Amino acid sequence: MSLQPATREGWRNVPASRGVLSRSTAPAVLAGSLVAGAVVMSIVGFNWYGVALLAFALNLVGIYTLSRRVEGSRKAKDRLVTAVISSSFVLAVVPLVSLLVTVVANGWHRLDIELFSSDMRNVLGPGGGIKHALIGTLLITAVAALMSVPIGVLTAIYLVEYGRGRLSKLVTFLVDVMTGIPSIVAGLFAVALFSIFLGLGVRIGFGGSVALSVLMIPIVVRSTEEMLRLVPHELREASYALGVPKWRTVVKVVLPTSVAGIVTGITLAIARVVGETAPLLVIAGFTQSTNTNIFSGRMMTLPVFVFNSFTQPGSPRSEGIDRAWSAALALIAVVMLLNLAARLISRYFSPKTR
Amino acid sequence: MTTNSVMRVPDPARAAAPDRLPSRRGDRIFAGTARTAAITIVVILAGVSLFLFVTSLPGLSGHNEMTQGKSFAAWVAPLLFGTVLASTLALLIAVPLAIAVALFISHYAPRRVASGLGYVIDLLAAVPSVVFGLWGSTWLATQLKPVYAWLATHASFIPFFKGPASATGRTMFTVGVVLAVMILPIMTAICREVFLQTPRLHEEAALALGATRWEMIRMTVLPYGRSGIVSAAMLGLGRALGETMAVTLVLSVGGGISFNLISPSNPATIPANIALNYPDATGVGVNTLIASGLVLFVLTFAVNAAARAVLARRKDFAGANG
Repeated sequence: MSLQPATREGWRNVPASRGVLSRSTAPAVLAGSLVAGAVVMSIVGFNWYGVALLAFALNLVGIYTLSRRVEGSRKAKDRLVTAVISSSFVLAVVPLVSLLVTVVANGWHRLDIELFSSDMRNVLGPGGGIKHALIGTLLITAVAALMSVPIGVLTAIYLVEYGRGRLSKLVTFLVDVMTGIPSIVAGLFAVALFSIFLGLGVRIGFGGSVALSVLMIPIVVRSTEEMLRLVPHELREASYALGVPKWRTVVKVVLPTSVAGIVTGITLAIARVVGETAPLLVIAGFTQSTNTNIFSGRMMTLPVFVFNSFTQPGSPRSEGIDRAWSAALALIAVVMLLNLAARLISRYFSPKTR
Repeated sequence: MTTNSVMRVPDPARAAAPDRLPSRRGDRIFAGTARTAAITIVVILAGVSLFLFVTSLPGLSGHNEMTQGKSFAAWVAPLLFGTVLASTLALLIAVPLAIAVALFISHYAPRRVASGLGYVIDLLAAVPSVVFGLWGSTWLATQLKPVYAWLATHASFIPFFKGPASATGRTMFTVGVVLAVMILPIMTAICREVFLQTPRLHEEAALALGATRWEMIRMTVLPYGRSGIVSAAMLGLGRALGETMAVTLVLSVGGGISFNLISPSNPATIPANIALNYPDATGVGVNTLIASGLVLFVLTFAVNAAARAVLARRKDFAGANG
């Protein structure tokens, strides 16, 4: 790309090359196709998908024939592919936009104070809220993070600073395997583990934390490992040269240098597991009341609330469905905020490179 | 922050004794702790496999209430079929799209906005799967309904579109689209990464010989990234196989084995079947569901291992290639 002449004149100077379309031709063809698509569709019956499809086809045909006449078949093919690839990107953004619009449109009108201040105990019909689910999600995720962050970060330190032999190869492999564990299998694992002590029908919040840890640990290990490997070797060697023992080098030199990246990775890992539904559905179960004891009894969580309220909305149906959408909106907001926080942390707290 | 202290000349007495006892003990403790954490992971994974296996044993014999009297294999086969069908469909949709989107971000979009566009696609990965389920079962299903009706009347000679068309739009095809959207971000991210690693000299050599941008991509970027594309597809497949909530919410389940993608009665998938039946399961039914989870685990493990193997081979290859 960088070797392409910056100006059209550049192409013109090449003797063998043919004519060239002006820069404004491609956008003009696209705009023309859109207008033509809209006009045709409003004659035969208006429909946005029809407009998009027709404009897409017209644009392809238009730019190809035009370019073929002026620039030759190779250039024409290039322009055709450019049009297809650019359209693919637009197509990929459609689900994201429609998803956000759908959730906000359905969720905003139940987004009141009652939603956050009450649970579903004795709620029939209107009212009710997600307090119990918020508390459950907060507790379960926090405990999961408390378990997986030390294990994950220390494992990464082992892999980067100490691991040489067979164990490190095995652990690297197993972390790869763990990244691929389907979330529901993590939930079943927690069930299998806790059913040893509490019987097969076990429902316990702490089990949810264990299941989420299984999903979270590999993400934390991977991102921390990556950050530790970015620390320049000169920093470590300088520290060793001063006679600083290895563990102090790791704690005082390596970790402070990479802490922003590590915290970013942990935040992203939390954002990833906070929306997990399947494992919590099987091990934490669902309930209508607030439960603050993670070690006993069923515990509602936000994603499970969305699922439960949507599939069993109660009566009248619309109230339950509305609550599900509002809870989904709250859930998306939480996840997006965590992602944003991760971005900000990595931008403002990473070491300044001179 | 450490560079200042590093520049100072060390005190010779201290530098001469790097192996003082206290520090070595500290080293041992620290290394031991890190090692323990690493071993914990081995223990956890061994635990996952062992506990899952032991708990699923009573379910493996089948012939119980959950399997409706059938043997375990006969019960799990349609579920396995549904799982693979939905994931294959998702892959067929997502692979070309992911390659195109990755190419757009790596080679077509203006440099300045490229990373921002990548972030937009990454946003899709941040959406929880249960929300995808809500979206798929309401918005997407409604939009696709007329398409199914049209296919059922005009394309019913193709076995996939035999009909009758679903009245709700909650079909296997809708599931495939939702799963495709869900695995798109990870596949795009990997492809993008690989495409950007194409040796600059290869690209410039192609352009210098007069290749157009597309010819350059076909001659340098795509061959170089082929194994990356394959492993991205397999990682996406692994994700799609294990996806639970979106399928549970979108699919209207009828059981059985059927290639009909647009009918109201579809084969379930293993994870969706677990999520649907687990809340009310008791006794040996729970064991049976866990056993089907074990089947899913083995399947995703095989797919992921294959993906990693392809990626690892690529690493060796890339090293030799400079």
